[in-house]
Amino acid sequence: MQRYQQMFARLAEQQRGAFVPFVTVGDPGPELSFEIIKTLIDGGADALELGIPFSDPIADGPTIQNANLRAMKAGVTPGISFEIIRKIREYNADIPIGLLLYSNLVMARGLDTFYSQAAAAGVDSVLIADVPLHESKMFRQAAMAHDIAPIYIVPPNVDDDDLRAIASYGRGYTYLLSRAGVTGAETKAAMPTAELIARIKAYNPAPPLLGFGISTPAQVTDAIASGAAGAICGSAIVKILEQNLEQPATLLRELKTFIEQMKAAS
Amino acid sequence: MSELKLNPYFGQYGGMFVPQLLVPALKQLEQAFVDALQDPAFDAEFQQLLTEYAGRPTPLTLCRNLSPNPLVKIYMKREDLLHGGAHKTNQVLGQALLTKRMGKKEVIAETGAGQHGVATALACALLGLKCRIYMGAKDIERQQPNVFRMKLMGATVIPVTAGSGTLKDAVNEAMRDWSASYDTSHYMLGTAAGPHPFPTIVREFQKMIGEESKQQILKAEGKLPDAVIACVGGGSNAIGIFADFIKEDGVRLIGVEPGGKGINTHQHGAALSTGSYGILHGAYTAIMQTSDGQIEESYSVSAGLDYPAVGPQHTHLQQTGRAEYVAINDDEALAAFQHLAKAEGIIPALESSHALAHALKMAAEATEPMVLLVNLSGRGDKDLSHVHSILAEQASADEQSSNKEGAH
Repeated sequence: MQRYQQMFARLAEQQRGAFVPFVTVGDPGPELSFEIIKTLIDGGADALELGIPFSDPIADGPTIQNANLRAMKAGVTPGISFEIIRKIREYNADIPIGLLLYSNLVMARGLDTFYSQAAAAGVDSVLIADVPLHESKMFRQAAMAHDIAPIYIVPPNVDDDDLRAIASYGRGYTYLLSRAGVTGAETKAAMPTAELIARIKAYNPAPPLLGFGISTPAQVTDAIASGAAGAICGSAIVKILEQNLEQPATLLRELKTFIEQMKAAS
Repeated sequence: MSELKLNPYFGQYGGMFVPQLLVPALKQLEQAFVDALQDPAFDAEFQQLLTEYAGRPTPLTLCRNLSPNPLVKIYMKREDLLHGGAHKTNQVLGQALLTKRMGKKEVIAETGAGQHGVATALACALLGLKCRIYMGAKDIERQQPNVFRMKLMGATVIPVTAGSGTLKDAVNEAMRDWSASYDTSHYMLGTAAGPHPFPTIVREFQKMIGEESKQQILKAEGKLPDAVIACVGGGSNAIGIFADFIKEDGVRLIGVEPGGKGINTHQHGAALSTGSYGILHGAYTAIMQTSDGQIEESYSVSAGLDYPAVGPQHTHLQQTGRAEYVAINDDEALAAFQHLAKAEGIIPALESSHALAHALKMAAEATEPMVLLVNLSGRGDKDLSHVHSILAEQASADEQSSNKEGAH
């Protein structure tokens, strides 16, 4: 999880924010997915946020639901996902890699096994979409035992007590939700005010990255101007995949252009 | 972090595994529920709705002809006679009152067979709430009459095409909706499953089934029954009739899961019989899953039991040995469905037919006098066309095979 600290230190020196793209590992198939993730890195991603395909992604809107379904249809299991991530780690030793997944995938392997396999694959952080703060203890302990950063979500309706706890338990970065609802570019991010981000930062949590509904370079710039340490973009990227499933070369070319534009805005 | 008011766990099962975003909504619901329980006016209004609108108490019927064994008496708790056609009406009235108490004007619900959707629609019509009901596209096709009922009562029915297009996916979609609309909407979950506080709320709003039947059977028999038997999908009718008997050690509690085409196939919905535990829809409980933790699709002839998990209190009751859980397959349930119709003039829901089928099995094997209490959780009107087509198919298959034999 030191990779996050190194990344934020480097960006601070450059006076830039982080741009963090999200894709579902294995979407639309293992081989192309590997090329897609390499393209994210080559396009300038500062860190990666990677989903492990799950049958019932309740925090995701239709775009990422479909990504999960495509990967599962292509036979991508958590084991295959770890294999792909291991190859990505071989491709790039420094980029922070975060997992975003659902609790039952962790439970099914057993917590210790899951986090040890994640660590072995080169993962730096794990965010479990359906584990809120008050259920997070056993997950957090298993993560820390394997030097993996537990990531916490700060929703717009967060109270001060939760902020204090998240600041003390979270490592790596803090996932700041731009709005209520599920993932998706259909509902635009509501930019949190500089006041809200200042209030959050007063508790000194791991650096806040803004996510949900981020799909344009202007939103990335706004997020950073409001005080966020960077922005996470998922559904808008997955849409590029979805629209070019039959033309991998076009897919990778369009993806790279988009990532470069988003990174340039950070 | 503001503390929870009630224990979210039953032993090690249950909990509140939801996105952080939904925690304030669940805490608000818990607070409203705790306050309501201490408010005599809430109870008075709930009781009034149950008696004057829904038709409680429901009767307890001693079967005259059903039991295959003169040593065994089978009593049925007649939730099938409740307004709406099933026990579901009880708890939606309670949750609708909670919705109003929280100052919310809209209700989201999921439904499988459509029974909870119908119950939600009627409660919302009665209490002036606007409701939208998520229903799997596949279920909409096979449960047209219930879809029409919901619409007649003013509900909006939203088809869910994601995933398998059944109850599990409808729950996913309802939770997604709620995560964007919790400020104005209440999620009226339909069974004793899901994240805390739903399993507790639904049990408390269904436990009159057990309380009434205990008094009724004591009056009829002068003693408690030997066993209480109920079908288990998510588990609301079962926890409703079990709750008041849990402390009565001499009474066996038996939950009957949908065995579908057999629990050794993948075509069933018997989560507790598989012995596999994990997190689905907010609770750590018995679930049907692959070794990687992907949720499996359940199957049952009865749409109301077609769910790959079970309420966490049932998992706890199973693990502590207080309740037993068995599986009854489609054929056995269909036989019991027909048997009750012929023997007693009562057409049961296919769900309840599972409980009945197990009671018939126990009765057939009994060598000593026994009193069985079965929760007849719903009536079978909704299942008529489904059962009709299954029986017609079976009849034509039988005819074909006897024709073949004739040709030899």
